[in-house]
Amino acid sequence: MTGAELLFLLFAVATCGGAVAVVVSQNVVRMAFWLIVSLGSTAGLFFLLSADFVGATQLMVYVGGTLVLLIFGVMLTASGPYVSIKSSPADSFLAAGIGVLFLAMIYMTVYSVDWNEAATAGAAVTTVDPATGFNHPDEGNSSRRLGLSFLGLRLDGGSGYLLPFEIVSVHLLVVLIGAAYLARTKRRVDPGANAEG
Amino acid sequence: MSTILAATTLVDYFQESWELPTTCAYVIAALFHVALLGAFFGLPAGIFIWAERKMSGRIQDRLGPTRTGGRFGWLQTLADGAKLVQKEDLAPADADKMLFRVAPYFVIIASFAAYMVLPFSDGWVAVGSDIGLFLILAILSLEVVGVILAGYSSASKWALYGAIREAAQMVSYEIPMAMCALVPIIAAGSLNLVEIGRMQTGGFWNWFVFHDPFTFLAFFTYFTCATASCKRAPFDLAEAESELVAGFLTEYSGMRWSFFFLGEYASMYAVSAIAALLFLGGWDIGIPIIEATPLRESGLGNYVASIIGFVVLLSKASVLVLVQIWVRWTLPRLRIDQVMMTCLKYLLPISCFLFLGAIVWPLVISTWLPQTTLWPTPLGEKIQRPASARRLPIEAGKSAKVKIFSDGSEQSASTALVERND
Repeated sequence: MTGAELLFLLFAVATCGGAVAVVVSQNVVRMAFWLIVSLGSTAGLFFLLSADFVGATQLMVYVGGTLVLLIFGVMLTASGPYVSIKSSPADSFLAAGIGVLFLAMIYMTVYSVDWNEAATAGAAVTTVDPATGFNHPDEGNSSRRLGLSFLGLRLDGGSGYLLPFEIVSVHLLVVLIGAAYLARTKRRVDPGANAEG
Repeated sequence: MSTILAATTLVDYFQESWELPTTCAYVIAALFHVALLGAFFGLPAGIFIWAERKMSGRIQDRLGPTRTGGRFGWLQTLADGAKLVQKEDLAPADADKMLFRVAPYFVIIASFAAYMVLPFSDGWVAVGSDIGLFLILAILSLEVVGVILAGYSSASKWALYGAIREAAQMVSYEIPMAMCALVPIIAAGSLNLVEIGRMQTGGFWNWFVFHDPFTFLAFFTYFTCATASCKRAPFDLAEAESELVAGFLTEYSGMRWSFFFLGEYASMYAVSAIAALLFLGGWDIGIPIIEATPLRESGLGNYVASIIGFVVLLSKASVLVLVQIWVRWTLPRLRIDQVMMTCLKYLLPISCFLFLGAIVWPLVISTWLPQTTLWPTPLGEKIQRPASARRLPIEAGKSAKVKIFSDGSEQSASTALVERND
């Protein structure tokens, strides 16, 4: 087993084990903790695939951002230090059935792709960007290509993703404004003023 | 056959000289890097704890530690470490034991992993990633998880309040910190910390802090935000004994408590090193002495020049840490609402304005001068990339005429990229 396979095994076990622990554990904050473990290991899987930018974004957005908010919400709504969540057996059976169906769908999708052909086609495309800095040529070098493609210039031909980028930016702006509006200080209505009128 | 001084990387050295299989070479090289980084992570923290106690003593008109290890109390940190190691490992009865134990490790791992992408000299970096700065910001944002878990699992109201306030402060200050760290990136054009360091060599006029007025202001704003993000005074509500006993650290004692403080000093040092790299020239001395001598041409001379650069970077980062210590014992502490107001009402608009200004600056300059910087030569010319560039087999479409270079020449994308290779 090569080093890359060993690292993949490590990260995959951490991802899947963390996900199973989220489902199995009964304390809400511990579920959030195992979710952090699972998402962090997913970032490790991204780094193994040489997608360094996506891996760092996964760490920053998912682990750093989403889970902090999740833990805040959990802590502030839990009434005691050990709020336990137990599902009824019927719920567990239904969830297990849906999970098995989903797994079967993924399995069939993954095994219907010819991965050898996809690998050779991918290798022809990835020779576009030379190594810069001190990366090995195999190390992730994706940030420059991603940045240029967001500006509309894909290095292997074709138009980039400028329009989706702008649409998503406007969406994020709407979300920010909405969140700021929802979190505004609400003016208290003074009951004494109405009674005097 | 290559000696260790002339080898390109440790992995190549192990593969060629010792003829180990690839995986084994990678593992041994990784262990070397971990040991070196562990030394640079733990040792400065110990030295700065001593420096903090001496400086705080002097600022408060007293002496600080004077007994352990001679007149200056050199070994005070060692004595403290020995005391903390032999303390009883307590946890509150109601505490969530697993999360209580795991929380300090998150803080330490986040601070330690940030050293992975920090270059200590020209080419001396563990992971020379093309997105080095982004990776550091992402990893340093993982400390918040440790803080929240520590406060929650302590089953104590002071700990919970302290953790929530602390987490809110750290998360809020990451935004202006990242935007101010982006301002020299706009001047540099790369997220690779080694390239950014190389662009600033040759004299202190090349340092990004003097590049344009926006990066000058961004240095001070970044330093303020980094101080707040490291939970240092005047933003240290979490450790304020008069406010919250000790905040999220209340129930921690012994080695776990010292992990939190080791993580804090290590992240202070890491953000100071980032500030030195991004703004103050990294390993550049400031006066082009080393470039004048033929030191870089021989193998041993190159090594000596790299060591000099290494010492220079550590000194710059240490000066910034001493400034943080000095500020802590000089300024009074801010209340939590003042802390959040400073971030949201002052530092965030300031950093947005600096970001916008840094973007507009080259456009304004290029309307009057035929270049985009005030200095005659563009900074990017100073970079020598390793000669591992491959030729581009694919042209980016005949109709793609994109003005990538701002020297006024219209070039199609493929020729532009071919030119960047040499």
